[in-house]
Amino acid sequence: MAGGTGGGEAITMVSHDAHAAPQGFIRKWVFSLDHKVIGIQYFFLALVAVFTGMFLSLLMRIHLVWPNAHLPILGDIKPETYLSLLTMHGTIMVFFVLTTAPQGGFGNYFLPIQIGAPDMAFPVLNMLSFWTTFLGFVVLVAAFFVTGGAPLHGWTGYAPLSALQSAGPGEGLGADLWIISIAIFCIGALMGALNFITTTLDMRAKGMTLMRMPLTCWAWFITAILGLLAFGVLLSAGILLLMDRNLGTSFFVPLGTVNGVLTGHKGGSPLLWQHLFWFFGHPEVYIAILPAMGLCSQLLSVFSRKPIFGYKAMVYAIMAIGFLGFMVWGHHMFMSGMSPYSAFAFSIMTMGIGVPSAIKTFNWLGTLWRGRIRFSSPMLFAIGFVSLFVVGGISGPFLAQPVLDIYLHETFFVIAHFHLIMGVASIFGIFAATYYWFPKMFGRMMNETLAKTHFLLTFIGAYCIFMPMHFSGMAALLRRYSQYTEVAWMHKTDGLNHFITYAAFVTIASQFIFLFNLFWSMFKGEKAVDNPWEATTLEWTTATPPPHDNFGGITPVVYNGPYEYSVPGAPKDFVMQTDAQVGAKKH
Amino acid sequence: MASFSTTATLDEPRVSRGNEGGSPPFFGGGDDGRSGPGVPDYRTRLRRARLGLLVALTPVLMLFVSFTSAYVVRQGLPTLDPRTNQLVRDWIPVKLPALLLVNTLVLLISSVGMELARRQTKLASVAATAKPSQTVPANAEGKTPWLAMTIALGLLFLLGQWMAWKQLAASGFYVATTPSSSFVYLLTGAHAVHLMGGVVALLVAGFFALLHRSVATRSIVVDVAGWYWHFMAALWVYILLLLEFAR
Amino acid sequence: MGLVLLVVIWLITLVGSYFIIAKTWWLPVGASAAAAGIDHHFTITYILMGAVFIAAQLALGWFAWKYRDRGAGSRQAEYSHGNTTLEVVWTVLTVILFVGMNLASEPIWSSERLQGAHPGAVQVEVTAMQFAWYFRYAGPDGKFGATKPELEDASLGGAGALGLDPADPASKDDVISGVMVVPVNREIEVILRSHDVIHSFFVPAMRFKQDAVPGLAIHMHFTPIQTGDYELACAELCGLGHYKMHGIVKVVSDQEFSQWLAAQEAEKQ
Repeated sequence: MAGGTGGGEAITMVSHDAHAAPQGFIRKWVFSLDHKVIGIQYFFLALVAVFTGMFLSLLMRIHLVWPNAHLPILGDIKPETYLSLLTMHGTIMVFFVLTTAPQGGFGNYFLPIQIGAPDMAFPVLNMLSFWTTFLGFVVLVAAFFVTGGAPLHGWTGYAPLSALQSAGPGEGLGADLWIISIAIFCIGALMGALNFITTTLDMRAKGMTLMRMPLTCWAWFITAILGLLAFGVLLSAGILLLMDRNLGTSFFVPLGTVNGVLTGHKGGSPLLWQHLFWFFGHPEVYIAILPAMGLCSQLLSVFSRKPIFGYKAMVYAIMAIGFLGFMVWGHHMFMSGMSPYSAFAFSIMTMGIGVPSAIKTFNWLGTLWRGRIRFSSPMLFAIGFVSLFVVGGISGPFLAQPVLDIYLHETFFVIAHFHLIMGVASIFGIFAATYYWFPKMFGRMMNETLAKTHFLLTFIGAYCIFMPMHFSGMAALLRRYSQYTEVAWMHKTDGLNHFITYAAFVTIASQFIFLFNLFWSMFKGEKAVDNPWEATTLEWTTATPPPHDNFGGITPVVYNGPYEYSVPGAPKDFVMQTDAQVGAKKH
Repeated sequence: MASFSTTATLDEPRVSRGNEGGSPPFFGGGDDGRSGPGVPDYRTRLRRARLGLLVALTPVLMLFVSFTSAYVVRQGLPTLDPRTNQLVRDWIPVKLPALLLVNTLVLLISSVGMELARRQTKLASVAATAKPSQTVPANAEGKTPWLAMTIALGLLFLLGQWMAWKQLAASGFYVATTPSSSFVYLLTGAHAVHLMGGVVALLVAGFFALLHRSVATRSIVVDVAGWYWHFMAALWVYILLLLEFAR
Repeated sequence: MGLVLLVVIWLITLVGSYFIIAKTWWLPVGASAAAAGIDHHFTITYILMGAVFIAAQLALGWFAWKYRDRGAGSRQAEYSHGNTTLEVVWTVLTVILFVGMNLASEPIWSSERLQGAHPGAVQVEVTAMQFAWYFRYAGPDGKFGATKPELEDASLGGAGALGLDPADPASKDDVISGVMVVPVNREIEVILRSHDVIHSFFVPAMRFKQDAVPGLAIHMHFTPIQTGDYELACAELCGLGHYKMHGIVKVVSDQEFSQWLAAQEAEKQ
């Protein structure tokens, strides 16, 4: 591992090469250029974000069931406060958890290793992308503390509500900070996407063809492409919104009044905001789920000791989901006043995107079939993922049909749908990744008993929270209501609401088992061997934790695909990707 | 651990090697381009940097595509006038200052200068790799300071844009005056911000020369900045055409 | 652990299935002409997707248990990279199911949204604002009077809230009400407007929802087929009062409707 002369510490965008490990606390842990450290930084950012977001949702569930409750320290939750809670809950979870942990966290750590590279293509940019994302989070949270507080317009920020400072409390400086935070996040995410794509295309080890990449790498790669194309559009929408709010332009705001006072705008189109936002927003939800799908495929294969069923189909399915993901945004706008002809077109495309998702589900079941399943904690979460993805996906075809969306739009049916997929299935992907890769990252095993307890409580708890929401949605319970005291029909689901809140208490409490397990195991967990799961991909060929250049001076050479389990005639029930002996015996 | 016998009578394990060829025709078959102890060679670094630029230009393009679609939609969109219950359009075209044409010329000339600078540094880099042990003086690329000229022309362009905004304001079109004027400021402003980024990159390359950094690194920075610069020039021409002809 | 997974997944499926079949919480009784068709399609989707849910979860639980590693006695996992024929078959079936389901719903969408109201429909202009609904009837002249944002003053009641322009002759006979009164068995054309932000007019019993967007006047239609009082609520986040922006749609007989309108006109004099 000689110290190279080119590239090293220069602040340029040229590729980085193996060099002497950095010394000093700041260089090593704060502004590290090592993708592994950066990955862990992203992970911890997402951890703080998820507990913040979860706390906000706890307050929301308490308020819905006891609207007049007086809470310690926080006091009464006014209607506008409730709406700020839900806005920030959505924004924090979607951006700083679901777009951060699977991609920035685990992707950063493991993509280079799984393809046999010593680091990401542009390490300085990688470091900057983390700190930019971190800055975005700080700016977002700051919105809570400024005059007027956090905005109340929902994570979707529909104009004119989000464009008019007079439209509600929190729509002043708080809303500006919200937009700026998202703009900063866009920049950070784009920097990350740049690294992921360049690294995947240009830095794979010898023998690691694209069709030998683990499905996790495919997922990270396609996710990065989605981000590359979508975040620029969100940034443009944010700029236009900032201009409407502060410079008096009228991109999104038509002629109108608030409380009888003319706003001073005219001619703008609220639907323009929706088109721009959802053009980003729909690929965003695929960004949130694809890495988890890639990991699920990985884990089902490892722990069934069986190749993934239909690798090529899985790759094409990920590509299809990514591609079609850009063509369905209008299904969020069926009731918006958009042309009903467009609605028809979008709805057919949306049914289309259900097909590759179904293919993946069939293939996951096919992987389990005739396997030899080991129920380690990562596998539990992978199986749980399949179950939750199915139940979350089932509500999709309801909403994709405009005729049914007339009734179901904006009800709790929608909340059930996206929470089961993003808020639970995707989170299960993050849990699975943590339990799976923890040994490699920290050199110790997490406690299996605590892990299994965490799994059971969370799996059952999540169903108890979100399954009933389908029913309350069918009973026309509307979302984004701070309380259900005014409308007569909404009292019919009071019982369900209580049940959901109690389930939320239990499920949220269970997450502290995970938190405890995480930190306790870092220091006191049983020491891990290099390949505790007997898996085949490249990260398991190297030391635990991996050295600075990932492979200790060795350049990996790949001979086999990533899912060679239970190969007839092989000495063990798994063949490493770098195993030349067995690979050399190919027909 | 079982040993693997080459004379096994069982079927040889037929391991799937994955697809070794015949798949999406992407870059490279997994050759990491390493040469020497962990230091990628110049060719690899250049390729990687250029790939990085190509990828980075995609969201920049998407930003302006998004602005363009907002432009088209806003221009054609009717809105309800409650006084008459009729749908009306409120688009008033803006007369663009002639100065913008001058600025365009400046930018195009700077692009020529940029290309000459890019080739100049490349030649120097090639020459330098023939004798890697020698330190290379700052003016190794030859006499004409193409890089400095490009930076100067770039700054001149930005100054010209500033003056054009002042002219626009003087004729009564501010940011919020009409939707059309909003877009003029938006598109030209966003472009100017991105061009400023290009100027900064060139300044960095200039500093590298002064600091006697390796000419290979310098040449990669100038190469990437050069392509970026050309993209910015083409983007500007597009913006001008959009604002002038899609009024 | 395989058994635990099987039990947990099957139990969840069983409990879920019970509520799916029992329809413990269901859509309210439909009171519009379109409701029957929409509800029928909803039920078909519900049955099909319910079947998929049950089948997939049962399979998942079953496989998790059946193919568990039983230790030394287990056979090795099957070394298979997939089955292309099977892939093609289930892909085609999925496409037929999904696309077929959608296409089957299109005639309803077409009649609800692609075709406008018939001439002779009763016109009601529905205006949304933070945080109330106002309903305007054109009166005997059949024309809605002009409104001016500068004239808006909610403290002056309905006409003031809408900013009705008294200078416009068509305004004189406009009836403005805080309650939406409509005759049964006649097509109602709603013209949706908003003064400030996006709201949404939602009457669950009518299976009717449409966003009210400022800067637009959106024409929609529905036909109530059952007299009675039906609640409506705002279905698009519009600010702090979103939760209390509700109202009533009163469906009455034709005769009662005319009487009510006449009474409103008389009151204005």
